[in-house]
Amino acid sequence: MTNILTASENLINIAVIISFIGISISLACLLYRVITGPTQPDRAVALDSMGINLMAVAGIMSIYLVTPNLNDVILLIGILSFLSTLAIAKYLEKGVIIDRDLD
Amino acid sequence: MLFAVLIPLLIACFIPALSKLKTKIHTGIFVFFVPFFIFIYFASFIGTDFSPVMEQYNWIPSLGINFDLYLDGLSLLFVLLISGIGALVVFYSIYYLDKSEQLGNFYVFLLMFMSAMLGVVLSDNIFVLYTFWELTSISSFLLIGYWHFKERSRYGALKSMLITVFGGLSMLGGFILLYVITGTTSIQEMIQQADIILSSNYLPLILGFILLGAFTKSAQFPFHIWLPDAMEAPTPVSAYLHSATMVKAGLFLVARFSPIFATYEWFFIVVSVIGIITLCWGSYMSVRQTDLKAILAFSTISQLGMIMAMLGFGTPIAIFAAVFHILNHATFKGSLFMVAGIVDHETGTRDIRKLGGLATLMPITATLAIFGTFSMAGVPLPFLNGFYSKEMFFDATLGLGSGGWSQVIPYLAVIGSIFTFVYSMYFFFGTFTGKKQLDQLPKKPHEAPIGMLISPIILVAGVILIGLFPNMVNAPFLQHAATAVNNAVEYNKISFWHGFIPPLFMSLAVVGIGTVLFITRKKWQAVYNFLPGKTSFNHIYNGIISKLDTFSKRITNFYMTGSLKTYMSLILSTVLIISVVYMFLTDGFAFSTNQLAEPSFIEIAVVAVMIIAAIATIYMNHNVAAILVLGVVGFGVAILFVIYRAPDIALTQLVIETVTVALFLLCFYHLPKMRKSTDSLKTKTVNAIISIAFGALITIVAISANSSRWFDSISDYFVENSHKLGGGDNIVNVILVDFRGLDTLFEISVLGIAALAVVGLIKMKKNKEAE
Repeated sequence: MTNILTASENLINIAVIISFIGISISLACLLYRVITGPTQPDRAVALDSMGINLMAVAGIMSIYLVTPNLNDVILLIGILSFLSTLAIAKYLEKGVIIDRDLD
Repeated sequence: MLFAVLIPLLIACFIPALSKLKTKIHTGIFVFFVPFFIFIYFASFIGTDFSPVMEQYNWIPSLGINFDLYLDGLSLLFVLLISGIGALVVFYSIYYLDKSEQLGNFYVFLLMFMSAMLGVVLSDNIFVLYTFWELTSISSFLLIGYWHFKERSRYGALKSMLITVFGGLSMLGGFILLYVITGTTSIQEMIQQADIILSSNYLPLILGFILLGAFTKSAQFPFHIWLPDAMEAPTPVSAYLHSATMVKAGLFLVARFSPIFATYEWFFIVVSVIGIITLCWGSYMSVRQTDLKAILAFSTISQLGMIMAMLGFGTPIAIFAAVFHILNHATFKGSLFMVAGIVDHETGTRDIRKLGGLATLMPITATLAIFGTFSMAGVPLPFLNGFYSKEMFFDATLGLGSGGWSQVIPYLAVIGSIFTFVYSMYFFFGTFTGKKQLDQLPKKPHEAPIGMLISPIILVAGVILIGLFPNMVNAPFLQHAATAVNNAVEYNKISFWHGFIPPLFMSLAVVGIGTVLFITRKKWQAVYNFLPGKTSFNHIYNGIISKLDTFSKRITNFYMTGSLKTYMSLILSTVLIISVVYMFLTDGFAFSTNQLAEPSFIEIAVVAVMIIAAIATIYMNHNVAAILVLGVVGFGVAILFVIYRAPDIALTQLVIETVTVALFLLCFYHLPKMRKSTDSLKTKTVNAIISIAFGALITIVAISANSSRWFDSISDYFVENSHKLGGGDNIVNVILVDFRGLDTLFEISVLGIAALAVVGLIKMKKNKEAE
């Protein structure tokens, strides 16, 4: 029994580390894209993907720390990253975020 | 005595109301009774059996500032001068000032001044003395600028204010030092403790500060420059303030403190040397003037220098002569000013080049002037008081002992007196004899009204009476004054004839050489092109004033450039320098690795991403790109909070980050496009150095702070009690709303205010558009 437990713990740890490494590589690539561009939409997409990566980081963190407290963070990152991407997209397209004369 | 000091101030409150009546009654008539009754009150103290009187009133006892009045011989001499000449001047001004002038202002200022002056000479408390001292400066400023529509008046008023207040402040410094050393604020008690003061390390400083106050007030070299410009005041003011009373406040101060400092050799050196220089310079400069009042102003400077020098000598005869000359000078100088005022009033000019031959037109004035000027010159005639004090002055200079350079003093005294003789003669003969130049005069000259003549007549009567019966004022009056200055005075030999002694020869030399110089005056006047030449002290004063302006302007412009960039770099470099120096001096840097945690792989990765993104932000040349790259840093911070197990803060950070990005995007529409920086390479380098150094500083401070923990954290308490006392398991939230709820309240207020301010700004812009 204990063997199985320690084995699964090891397995989880190894998985976590591998995921971290993967996410780090992904973050580095996205950073490269954010910085070099070449256009603003490239950057916006890269930032959006970065948000998703961060959701992953938070999720893996919560597995690693064995806590449910970070779940809120994951959800919030999802919503906010969506919102900010939307705002950027709208700005890039129209130049404004909030339309005044909807009626 | 308290009422004698304060009554002028009280009456001054009613003057504006009384001055409404001036169409019927000249305001001065009401005012006249004030100094008159004060004079009568104080005159009752005169007598051979006079002994000092002390009155005490509490004012601010906790600070040792009390309204202590002390009347001894010296104060008595001064209060009688102030009230007596005050009464005469007020009487004179009734005829001098027309009813069309703003009489209310004039008499309010004059009564203020009178009160202040009485306070100065009667105060026993140094701080009360200082209060009245400044009040004399202020009221003198007001009186000099009485005709404030004249440029010269304003200039003179400002100049006298700056110089005398400068001296007054330094005097306050000396007083505070005295108070600290002796622990008392009473002058009489300080005199008792003279030993403590004389053995103090601060003695030179105290003496310097107090003497600076006395010298500026009494127009001693080189602070004499304000007095000639103060002549823009109405003549009664010049007669009162700038000959008889205020300029003698400095002499009073020196005399008052000389029992303390008398045995200190520097007191003797500084006071006598400055006094002698002032005597010579003032009389020398006086001959050059063309304005009657300017002659008298420099003459006053020179006579004050003479008295100051005698106070410095400190020998019994010198002190007695000083006190005697204070009285004499007040009588003849007051009358001469009034004469100058009469001449001005009746001819319309004070320019001596235009005047001449007035003796036949204004016989009474001329008679008064001849007594005044001859007494001033010290002509050896038995009915002139100036001669006695001058001879005693020569006597005092000779009695200084044979020590080295002090042998020069008698010669300097004679030189000064020669010029005194020359300008006195110049004043009298230039105005009243010689050719009549009636066509040059704005008015047709005639004798002054009798009311105007009464005051100078009384003063000249004083000159003659003291001259005829010098011992009349001696025993009951001057004796006490001299005793107050120098305890050992047993001097009782004022008489006209002492036999063939050196002072007599000195007097004769003065008259002889003076006559020659006066007659040949035209021939040697070119010397003035060389001696003061272009380097007069007025030039220096004006230079300092204008240089101060341009210099401070340049300094202010140097750092107040209006550029936020400059301010920021100044603020940051100041913080940087101070912190680094302080850290270096106190050996504040600490570095310990005891409590450090092992960094995990993901932390390093996130931080690396953040660093790269932060550096990249600087190089972004489009504002949207910059904000997107900065977003990476924001996300990085949020995820660091996640890694460090702070979910609440991470949540907040994410929301704020998003909102900030949205707000930035809102603004960008209205902002100009980002441009490439146009700064020079030098500015860029400086900015780079400052920012890197500041970052390094913050890092060092953070490391030091983390490495030197002196106390345990108090977080255990919150961990233990958040459920027990706060009823919640989220410790962060319990702290925010329960343990430290007040902070939250005000954070909420901050947000509320910010929101209101934003609304206000937007609305304001809209209103402006509507207009």
